[in-house]
Amino acid sequence: MELYELTVHELQKLLARKESSAQEITRSIFSRIHATDEKIASFVTLTEEKAYEKASQIDKMGNYQNLAGIPYALKDLFCTRDIRTTCCSRMLEDFVPPYDSYAGRRLEEAGGILVGKLNMDEFAMGSSTEHSAFFTTRNPWDLQRVPGGSSGGSAAAVAAEQVPFSLGTDTGGSIRQPAAFCGVVGLKPTYGRVSRWGVVSYSSSLDQVGTLTRDVMDAAIILNHISGYDPMDSTSVNTAVPDYTQFLDGEVRGMKIAFPREYFQAGVDEDVRAAVKNALQLYESLGAELEEVSLPCSEYALPTYYLIAPAEASANLARFDGVRYGLRDMEAENVVEMFSQSRARGFGDEVKRRLLLGTYALSSGYYEEYYLKALKVRQLIKQDFERIFADYDLIICPTTTRTAFKIDEEIDDPLTLYMNDILTVPVNMAGLPGMSIPCGFADGLPIGMQIIGRAFDEASMLKAAFAFEQQTEFHRAKPHLEVK
Amino acid sequence: MALTAKEVEDLALKARLKITDAEKEFFAEQLSSILKYVDKLDELDTSEVEPLIYILPVSNRFRADEIRSSASRDEILANGPLVEDFHFKVPKII
Repeated sequence: MELYELTVHELQKLLARKESSAQEITRSIFSRIHATDEKIASFVTLTEEKAYEKASQIDKMGNYQNLAGIPYALKDLFCTRDIRTTCCSRMLEDFVPPYDSYAGRRLEEAGGILVGKLNMDEFAMGSSTEHSAFFTTRNPWDLQRVPGGSSGGSAAAVAAEQVPFSLGTDTGGSIRQPAAFCGVVGLKPTYGRVSRWGVVSYSSSLDQVGTLTRDVMDAAIILNHISGYDPMDSTSVNTAVPDYTQFLDGEVRGMKIAFPREYFQAGVDEDVRAAVKNALQLYESLGAELEEVSLPCSEYALPTYYLIAPAEASANLARFDGVRYGLRDMEAENVVEMFSQSRARGFGDEVKRRLLLGTYALSSGYYEEYYLKALKVRQLIKQDFERIFADYDLIICPTTTRTAFKIDEEIDDPLTLYMNDILTVPVNMAGLPGMSIPCGFADGLPIGMQIIGRAFDEASMLKAAFAFEQQTEFHRAKPHLEVK
Repeated sequence: MALTAKEVEDLALKARLKITDAEKEFFAEQLSSILKYVDKLDELDTSEVEPLIYILPVSNRFRADEIRSSASRDEILANGPLVEDFHFKVPKII
């Protein structure tokens, strides 16, 4: 067994018993990254020197509490002080933030060792990492396929055992969909649970920071560390954060689980449907109460998303004007040209598409027809979920309609690519917590099961996920990677 | 609703995004197909529905008016594409 193969809680045990050191673990992680990243291409930046420095400090102190000595990596939209943060955009290719994100800082203070920054779709807009301005990350289970996105680098790195855990962000499925495609555990907490301070904004009413890990225990451990109130994010909620690990007891007896029929219908592949249905049977055999329900407004979530998210993005990305940071077109002769040309050169096609769409949805004459309409439908979607959660503890359904698709397969048709998020977007619309855990395979590719909880009840979601994991081996399966 | 190349040109100006003639055609076609898809929302009668503006019960948050430390001027200016005498320099505005 190599150190890089271990989970966070396994590494914590080793360190607590002084059977390994932060430096040893860090060496193992970098040797794994160097052996695999030519193929997987998860990382856009490695922070090797800083990582060894921190590891040596931790070993000198010899106190292995919390996350001391545990390596991790961040999606490249978490600001990292003195470390380039690009959003995988030409616009921010040389941007070096003067401050750290809240979530990143919490991990640093807990003793975590940052090993690098991970690839993503530019400004988190995409479902495959093909919209990264730099390169496409490969799915460790099949190098011809995408890892999903936008947190594709975050999911692939965890699946390929390059890091035990990573952070990503989820606006419409950007943690859960790549987690499903790469066969790892992806958790998007409730909107407001984790501060977004220092995370580059895409769609502020939807964005949420979350975790990618190899098992449910690790998801609970990391969530413990990043959750909580932060006065710097006005949407961060000041409620108590329980110790999420204490809910992992393998028990689901008496839990009421709903499965919405719409999420098993049209468009969902038979293999995916069967795997999730099998999982539901397992829950029933463990004593959970299952019932089919209906979420009729969910089919409107995706078109709603493609008005609200671009509208918010068009406002958020207005800050990229070539004045204070980011790419500047030096040829422009007046200010408007400077803005327009800098943005034309700095942004890729998908970002441009969404900025134009969002500008349209917000422009006078169309605002009521599009943006306001979308906000009203969002209300209906939220009410749908509230109705179900009055009677049930959890909702379970597939994370994606199918397994990972091939690179270049969907890139030419934006609308086809958008359909990837059809089962995950409703959760963001309602601000609820959702996670994806491995629940099967089809033709050697992982299948993800989505568990959705009540607002601020990540505990029940983790409890059910852990119970499933205790009974199955899917999370232990590893992609076969031929390494140098 | 279908968008024309001319409408895309106007949008691009509003979004401060310079686009080529070929891009105008390309985006007009793609945005039209996306808008056609979002027209699905017309199936729902929302005349009696309140728009959802905040997902959480939120209120304004105020902090005490106290001086706190922030990044230094040099650090902030370090990312400026064109900096002169502690200012961000831009083309002539007026």
